[in-house]
Amino acid sequence: MAEGLKPGSDEAIESRYKKLRRNILFLMLVMSLVPLTIMAVINYNEYRRTLRGEIVEPLRGLTGKAAHSLDLYLDERLSAIRFLAYAYSLEQLSNKSNLKHVFWALSSQYKGFIDLGLIDEKGIQIGYCGPYKLEGKNYSDQAWFHEAVVRGVYVSDVFLGYRRFPHVAMAVKRLEEDGSFWIVRTTIDTKRFEDVIHSMNLDPSGDAFLVNSKGILQTSSKLYGKVLGECPLVISLSPVGTQVIEAKGPKGEELLVAYAQLSHADYVLLVVRPGASVLRSWYSLKREMLVVFLLGILGIIVASLRLTNLIVKRIEVADIRREAAFRELQHSHKLSSIGKLAAGVAHEINNPMAIINEKAGLMKDLLETSGEFEYREKFSTLLDDILKAVDRTKTITHRLLGFAKRMEVRFEELQLNDVVKEVLGFLEKEALYKNVEIRLQLDENLPRISSDRGQLQQVFLNILTNALEAVEEEGLITITSWQDGPDRVAVSVQDNGRGMSKETMEHIFEPFFTTKREYGTGLGLSITYGIVKKLGGDIHVASQESVGTTLTVFLPLKSKDTMEG
Amino acid sequence: MGRKPRVLIVDDEQDFANTLAERLALRDFDTEVKKDGEGALAAVENNPPDVVVLDIRMPGIGGFEVLRRIKSAHPRVQVILLTGHGSTGDGIKGMELGAFDYLIKPVDIKDLMKKIRAAIESSRFSPKEQGKS
Repeated sequence: MAEGLKPGSDEAIESRYKKLRRNILFLMLVMSLVPLTIMAVINYNEYRRTLRGEIVEPLRGLTGKAAHSLDLYLDERLSAIRFLAYAYSLEQLSNKSNLKHVFWALSSQYKGFIDLGLIDEKGIQIGYCGPYKLEGKNYSDQAWFHEAVVRGVYVSDVFLGYRRFPHVAMAVKRLEEDGSFWIVRTTIDTKRFEDVIHSMNLDPSGDAFLVNSKGILQTSSKLYGKVLGECPLVISLSPVGTQVIEAKGPKGEELLVAYAQLSHADYVLLVVRPGASVLRSWYSLKREMLVVFLLGILGIIVASLRLTNLIVKRIEVADIRREAAFRELQHSHKLSSIGKLAAGVAHEINNPMAIINEKAGLMKDLLETSGEFEYREKFSTLLDDILKAVDRTKTITHRLLGFAKRMEVRFEELQLNDVVKEVLGFLEKEALYKNVEIRLQLDENLPRISSDRGQLQQVFLNILTNALEAVEEEGLITITSWQDGPDRVAVSVQDNGRGMSKETMEHIFEPFFTTKREYGTGLGLSITYGIVKKLGGDIHVASQESVGTTLTVFLPLKSKDTMEG
Repeated sequence: MGRKPRVLIVDDEQDFANTLAERLALRDFDTEVKKDGEGALAAVENNPPDVVVLDIRMPGIGGFEVLRRIKSAHPRVQVILLTGHGSTGDGIKGMELGAFDYLIKPVDIKDLMKKIRAAIESSRFSPKEQGKS
């Protein structure tokens, strides 16, 4: 039967399913993506920690060792000159040849010494052995002198001295027993620093250098240039241990920086390894993890979408089925309540109509036996008219009753093709008159069915009458019969008439619905529908406006007797 | 054959019953009219007719009860149900109770005559089968 949705509600239903789909999808995605993401984050951090441990710890150790070597180097030199200062007296060292001898001994045993000088309490250079002419120079207003006086030992920052080589100055205070003091000052070159750094065997992309606390390079750096250049790396100094930080290089590259402060001088050793090389394995792992993660997400999204569509489709189908069942129920309820009403009306009319019928009949009987009188003919005609009117009323009331419940269903074996042909016999004249072609495509091997001939005649009479009314002159009606599956046969009546609107299609099986305002009782198709249903069959209607309508009647081979009784 | 066939018409619509009786009389039937079940049963008891034309809805004893009692007391008496309240259920029930046929008002006199004659024929020639539908 006609299935359709109320206009305007389509959109609401569609948006309801959209919303449902969205909600299910959202839930599914949240349920699967959240755990996945949490796992990914945990894994990421775990791997990162492990890998950093593997990379950072060796770097830390290397840096610590190198810093220690440098410290040791400075300590050696400081010890040497401290020994000098305490092994000799000022008088001994003031002697120029003695000083020369001592410097010779010193520089032959320890590498790196450039010069050796003596400075008295007032800061005056009183003895010197080395490449400069520094005797008599006054250092009393220089910062290093004061530091040496106060702290007893001093190591300078690197400066470019003799022959433009980087140098470091060291000074040691010799305190006499009487409280006076003098200072031994020496200069060493920093080539040894480079040697230590070189011995660290850093890979070519790595870098190591010393800076002072002001960020001035104390050795040359691959990344930041020559000695005394500025190093922009910001580090927070801590007096003990080795720190490792991540920083950005001059070109914005990622760097892993390990640094340790030397204990004898205001120096910090920095060891730099470019992140790209150090963290290559980490990056590739990260990339793989990202790919796996994204593939996982993609998979989940695809699966969720498909699953959601499947679920929503299922729900939609179930809804449609339920709605159809509900409509059918509603329809049969409507039919039965209207049927009861119709039957009631018919009963009430039938009784007075029976009286009219009998009275008029009796008058006619009497008229026939009476003699000739003036209005005999006239009376006879009038009575015939009354009886005809009664007959018409009877047709209507009987049809109403038939609609409520068809009388006397008698099952017999019959050939549906024959029933169709019989009915066509009634309509041939009208078809001829309208010049409508009726094309028969009846299945010769159609099995016989057990059904009610009279009722089926009524059914096909109704359907064919409607079809004839629907087609224009020279229209075409095609009647086809076939076996539809093992248990039923079908007859379709297809016309090329004006067709029906969706609206009409929704109502055609409802009692009293008619498009033939003037002559239709609106009972034809609802009776047809009722009969077919009662015979255990079904009617399908397909129609398109101005193309035509196809009504198909399905009937079971063996009717179940669905009558009440 | 000697006598006229006797028809008892039972209907609370007396106007209808009387007119129908008159028409049947014109057609050579011996007719009697009762307006309710009690009267009908008494009439059948008193002088069983060949055929009873019986309405279903009546005040007092209803048509089906009258039918049942007639058929149990006088199985040979044929009953034709004639009612304005036609329904399949009623029809089937009537047939099960042993009615000969079931007609809906208004009925053409010719059709009714046919049924009455058929009822008389059936009770005359196959008395054993009466009471079965």
